[in-house]
Amino acid sequence: MVDSVAWFSLLIIPMFVLVVLVIATAKRLPTFDLFVEGSKEGLTISLQLLPYLVGMYVSISIFRQSGALEAFVEWLTPFFVMINVPSDVIPLALLRPISGTAALALTTDLLKTMGPDSVVGRLVSTMQGSTDTTFYILTVYFGSVGIKKFGDALKVGLLADLIGIITAIIVVKFFFGI
Amino acid sequence: MIHLIWAGLTCIGIVYALINGTMSDVNQAIFESAEEAIYIMVGLSSLLMFWLGMMKIAEGISALTFLSRLLRPFMVRLFPEIPKEHPALGYITSNFIANVFGLGHAATPLGLKAMQELKAQSTSDEPSRSMITFLVINTSSLTIIPTTVIALRSQFGSNSPTEIVLPTLIATTLSTTAAILIDRAFYYKRVRMNGR
Repeated sequence: MVDSVAWFSLLIIPMFVLVVLVIATAKRLPTFDLFVEGSKEGLTISLQLLPYLVGMYVSISIFRQSGALEAFVEWLTPFFVMINVPSDVIPLALLRPISGTAALALTTDLLKTMGPDSVVGRLVSTMQGSTDTTFYILTVYFGSVGIKKFGDALKVGLLADLIGIITAIIVVKFFFGI
Repeated sequence: MIHLIWAGLTCIGIVYALINGTMSDVNQAIFESAEEAIYIMVGLSSLLMFWLGMMKIAEGISALTFLSRLLRPFMVRLFPEIPKEHPALGYITSNFIANVFGLGHAATPLGLKAMQELKAQSTSDEPSRSMITFLVINTSSLTIIPTTVIALRSQFGSNSPTEIVLPTLIATTLSTTAAILIDRAFYYKRVRMNGR
């Protein structure tokens, strides 16, 4: 299955490009002009979101490197233990919405030390795949259109993350019977 | 609220470093992370420039209208505020499709373009209802096949790297459904509070 998955993801993008270009050429569209026009928009968007990205990254990085994030995780641990979250995965649960790179590093470390087929290994694998980096997505997407207020998006996003983590734990328990 | 979170994270970090004696780490963090953000932007901008260029051609052959037609009954219910033929729906649909197939690199440019279309539709500085719904679905993850995790699992010698695919799919479906429901609940709360 890994092979067919890998093969499929290898093929899908080039095939899309091929099909689009063949049809556009058959329709006698100015393909290169259109490409350049769209590409310029891409450049504008990325310049627009850079200040937002720098701001968020510095802030989160200070919070993490000072050790405050770690302390925060420790402070919240009893609450998560109360709702039956295995203590090994609590740091990941809290990091996942804030920092994608930190979460991936932690997942890699847990898979390496605990083994991918252990309870923790299966749990972090499922958690890693079933939620996303809420802060990063909101910063980049809102930043790209210059919106500074996240409105309800942050609250709803974080609530959904919490539900995602709890669901991952329940589903893994159900599937692998721990 | 974002101002509070942003200033809060920074200030708490600095004060904590004072107490904890990690000020040199904080100094390093300030400059390295600003640089890291630039690298991320460079990586993102190459993707954006390629994909939005390609999508402009795809728009020319009405591929987006075709894509959004595929999922229209579903999309119209999710985003009642977007007119049926609006290009935003096409970009949102293709962002979802790219996400489902784990093509994160293609998904982000499509999503950002969708945001531009949604922004053009609204007059306010605040996120519109459609924007919130769109982003909440994105943050809850739509990936059906978590390729990164599968690769990591096989790298560390799992007997069955793909055994987590089904649990992940179920967890993702449940959490995305929850996200949509919570989003709806918050929307109705907003409407009530504004007395509309």
